[in-house]
Amino acid sequence: MREMTFVDAAREGLAEEMARDPAIFVVGEGIGVRGGNFNTTVGLYDRYGPERLRDTPISERGFTGICIGAAASGARPVVDFMFIDFLTDAFGDMFNQMSKLQWMSGGRLKMPIVVRGCVGVAPSNAAHHSGNYYPFFMHVPGFRVVMPTTPGDAKGLLKTSIRSDDPVLFLEHKNLLALKGPVPEGEHLVPFGKASVARGGKDVTVVGVAFMVKKALEAAELLAKDGVSVEVIDPRTLAPLDIDTILSSVRKTGRLLVVDEDFAPCGVAAEIAMQVMELGFDDLDAPVKRLNGLSCPAPYSPALMTNLIPTTTTIVQALRDLLAE
Amino acid sequence: MTGKKGAAIGKDQMLALYRTMLVIRRTEEQLVKLYAAGKIYGGVHTYIGEEAVATGVCAHLRNSDTVFSTHRGHGHALSKGMPPRELIAELLGRATGCGGGRGGSMHLFKPEIGFMGSSGIVGPSITLAAGSAYAARLRKTDQVSVAFFGDGATNNGAFHEGINMATAWDLPVLFVCENNMYATEIPYATVTKNPHPATRAPAYGLPGVAVDGNDVLAVYQAAGEAIRRARSGEGPTLLECKTYRTRAHSEGMRDAGYRTQEEIAEWKARDPIKAFEGKLLAGGTAAQSELESIDADVRALAEEAAAFALASPMPDPATVTEHVYSETQEGQNA
Repeated sequence: MREMTFVDAAREGLAEEMARDPAIFVVGEGIGVRGGNFNTTVGLYDRYGPERLRDTPISERGFTGICIGAAASGARPVVDFMFIDFLTDAFGDMFNQMSKLQWMSGGRLKMPIVVRGCVGVAPSNAAHHSGNYYPFFMHVPGFRVVMPTTPGDAKGLLKTSIRSDDPVLFLEHKNLLALKGPVPEGEHLVPFGKASVARGGKDVTVVGVAFMVKKALEAAELLAKDGVSVEVIDPRTLAPLDIDTILSSVRKTGRLLVVDEDFAPCGVAAEIAMQVMELGFDDLDAPVKRLNGLSCPAPYSPALMTNLIPTTTTIVQALRDLLAE
Repeated sequence: MTGKKGAAIGKDQMLALYRTMLVIRRTEEQLVKLYAAGKIYGGVHTYIGEEAVATGVCAHLRNSDTVFSTHRGHGHALSKGMPPRELIAELLGRATGCGGGRGGSMHLFKPEIGFMGSSGIVGPSITLAAGSAYAARLRKTDQVSVAFFGDGATNNGAFHEGINMATAWDLPVLFVCENNMYATEIPYATVTKNPHPATRAPAYGLPGVAVDGNDVLAVYQAAGEAIRRARSGEGPTLLECKTYRTRAHSEGMRDAGYRTQEEIAEWKARDPIKAFEGKLLAGGTAAQSELESIDADVRALAEEAAAFALASPMPDPATVTEHVYSETQEGQNA
């Protein structure tokens, strides 16, 4: 199969959907002629023009509200926030309107809207360009939260997101954008709520979130040299969360580590650990363990970043600790 | 009879405006009574005194045109065509309400006729209406969208961002500011150096028109021109309707300390329905008996609506989690 980068694969998915459905339009700062800060829309403006590739002023609340109204009225907007940090100005309308209008209208209004943007800690991006924020959206009823980690899933999940009648947070980790991998041509749809077993194993289970899937795979490779068999699970979508795949793995291994660069309190690991306790307690041979980023804003200086988020080394250590329990 | 500008309004249209204002008034009188009787569970934000605004604007709209409303939205819903029984049932929390009891006074929905919802949050009506207009533009239809909002929303970021973008892109939308001079109980003039929203319009590059919001014909004429502009691709208009809420912000709330009894009495004397009755009679458009007959008909409608609502079943508790998502998926959180 041909290989392409994560960002090119996602763009191919978007382009295919825009060709299929004239109700789809994209808004964002610099997503028109320029093609997006992260090349999310390169080449599409020439094909679809300013109505469907709408460059906006720096009015995050405003253009998010416009997309909510458009989605309720039959269009299918894609809001390209560039950095997900910028959506914080739109929180109010996302929580009060976007996530609730289907319920409030008794299902008579639909909310087919994709909110995409780059998440994650990357070198020297500092406090206002390193946010993750996905636990907020997992917490609130009404949102789908999608976090692909491979180019193939980036394409397949973006296509599914655009076809969904629900609001979808489509989050792209900055450290994954240039990653290359196999991508199916044409119609390739990855369903929501189906985790992928990124590496099979039998001694211990790791659930990684976004970039941490890659780090967990590296840790698994290192431990394999010592004869430790690590199973790595990529949830792919956090809402809906495929707890069944995680439970099946835990039934086999008896041990679970969740690795997430985002803050620990009320985070993805907290939710997964609780669900595993409720549904798979008897399968556990040790308490569920989590490894998170430090609870502080992301710094600028490389020195200050040293201990900020989990690394291959800290994941290996956490797994050794868990296996020793 | 003609207004200051625009086409003549025929007798049938004038009586239709009169009837719509009465539908709002008589329906809300039922709500006030039901609230006092303890039959309504949450807030009731009446539109009494402001009926001319929604009536004059919505008279120009088709079912395919969309309206986005506020916490004070009964009048918008009724003038867009919601049957009074669905409104009253909603406030009584019944399954037959326009939201099946999910929303109450502040969260009314009837998208089948273009009533896209009222909101307990101030501001989003502006941006959502602009977005609905954007969808119409994509579909290349001549649909228009209307945002109703109060003076309070003009000091909210949604006003600035929504009006700027709608104007920049010539979207087919009408922004109707119901300036009743109080944002809840905060006098607009104490928090706003320039308390005349229409005068802000030139700064954004769109027409700003201020009218007497208690004069249904003035609203009708100005809205007609604004909607004609929007439909023909000439872009949005900001229409400021100066009006007044004669009852408390919400039924049962202490309505004192921030305005005087004299001011309330002065505005009650300018009641939009009474004023229009006076015009209809003085101009010889209608006889007293005709107006009385319309009122009797509307009173019966409102009473029947209240009886219907009171007799309606409560919603099934098991349905409360339905429609959180468009479809249930395996593995869904929750």
